[in-house]
Amino acid sequence: MNNPAQLRYSKEHEWLSAVEDGVATIGITEHAAHALGDVVFVQLPEEGQEVTAGESCGELESTKSVSDLYSPVSGTVTAFNQDVVDDPALVNSAPFEAGWLFKVRVSAEPDDLLSADDYTAFAGE
Amino acid sequence: MTTAPRRTALDAVHRALGATMTDFAGWDMPLRYGSERDEHVAVRTAAGLFDLSHMGEITLTGPQAAEALDFALVGHLSAVKPGRARYTMICREDGGILDDLIVYRLAEQAFMVVANASNAQVVLDELTARAAGFDVTVRDDRDAYALIAVQGPQAPAILAAVTDADLDGLKYYAGLPGTVAGVPAMIARTGYTGEDGFELFAAPADAEALWTALTDAGRERGLVPCGLSCRDTLRLEAGMPLYGHELTTALTPFDAGLGRVVKFDKPGDFTGRAALEAAARKAAANPPRVLVGLVAAGRRVPRAGYPVVDAAGTVIGEVTSGAPSPTLGKPLAMAYLDAAHAEPGTGGVAVDIRGAHEAHEVVALPFYRRAR
Repeated sequence: MNNPAQLRYSKEHEWLSAVEDGVATIGITEHAAHALGDVVFVQLPEEGQEVTAGESCGELESTKSVSDLYSPVSGTVTAFNQDVVDDPALVNSAPFEAGWLFKVRVSAEPDDLLSADDYTAFAGE
Repeated sequence: MTTAPRRTALDAVHRALGATMTDFAGWDMPLRYGSERDEHVAVRTAAGLFDLSHMGEITLTGPQAAEALDFALVGHLSAVKPGRARYTMICREDGGILDDLIVYRLAEQAFMVVANASNAQVVLDELTARAAGFDVTVRDDRDAYALIAVQGPQAPAILAAVTDADLDGLKYYAGLPGTVAGVPAMIARTGYTGEDGFELFAAPADAEALWTALTDAGRERGLVPCGLSCRDTLRLEAGMPLYGHELTTALTPFDAGLGRVVKFDKPGDFTGRAALEAAARKAAANPPRVLVGLVAAGRRVPRAGYPVVDAAGTVIGEVTSGAPSPTLGKPLAMAYLDAAHAEPGTGGVAVDIRGAHEAHEVVALPFYRRAR
């Protein structure tokens, strides 16, 4: 699968955009979306909510299972994607674009985020 | 102990189709090919093609094959006419369900028992032991068959395009030997989806030719390959039990609301009779938990094992299967509830979904019934 080079990745299969004006966009990878199968419900962190890197901040329901959503960085949520709440299938059809999940004003990021190449190797693709 | 999962005769086909595979009861099976929701919808509206070769076939032949099955199973198999099939169960002496089965009477002295993959060895061992006093041969035919199902409203038209067999004369729960796409197959009008459809038992060496011919015949009729994921949501909507979820050795058929499969008035004794008679009396007088349907008010999905609670938060049951329903657009579950809370419309029922009590409506099963 094609993991965009401009993004960074967590070992929990989230992606993180470049930080612009202190804010990064977060989603799950195509690898994760494919493993989940059809996503039918997302519970996202709300604006103003504090999230901590590596801790659960929401959930993704698919046909077969429910999965915790982790934030790859710490910070304050500035937005969530209402389009994905309304149409969770966007996570499957466009995980790196229209299927983004939430934006965070980053206060701290872990030092083990992966490059696209490293994530591709990690995910065993 | 870990052993490499077994692969069906259609393994290369699944991989060529890009299937996501899963280990199911020791078999490497297609979970889905693309979107499991699209596959589900295809079966409800057009047709789906399934590889079910993991199912376990056991053949009984001989002058006393019918009597042996009457003794070994809870059903009245000697009353089944050749060419017809029955849904039945095999129970322990204490009445606990070992497996649910479909039994096809192939001829006067020949039956094919189809067991769940996870239970096939147990069923084979039990049938062999229970048949010991009868003039019958029990044969392990698990490797003798590939099983391909065509399910959905377009299934009859698709199958008719590749066989001369009399499908119009083939009733639900009937089976006949025939030729499909030039290969011999036992054609059965059975399934596990809540739709019309067929199950084709053929030699593994012929499986790929059969699959390809059905794929070609179905191309213009909306047929898509379907994995086990949508098979599970299809059977859930249809209110059909799954062994290991709604059926276990801890439950009798009466506990599962399926006491109708136990035929006390058949000739001769059968394994589990005394315990099942007691279970029937108890179910009539003082029902324990009752299998019901639950429809979620919200969008979070009740999953197997989640507790069901009343308005006070007291546990009144447990979810056995749950999934988002593509047809109803809501999460659904089957659950065993205390009888006092099991009436459709009972208020205040909630499922404890990871700590939050989410409201659910109690409904009668099935959730979905096809229009005829």
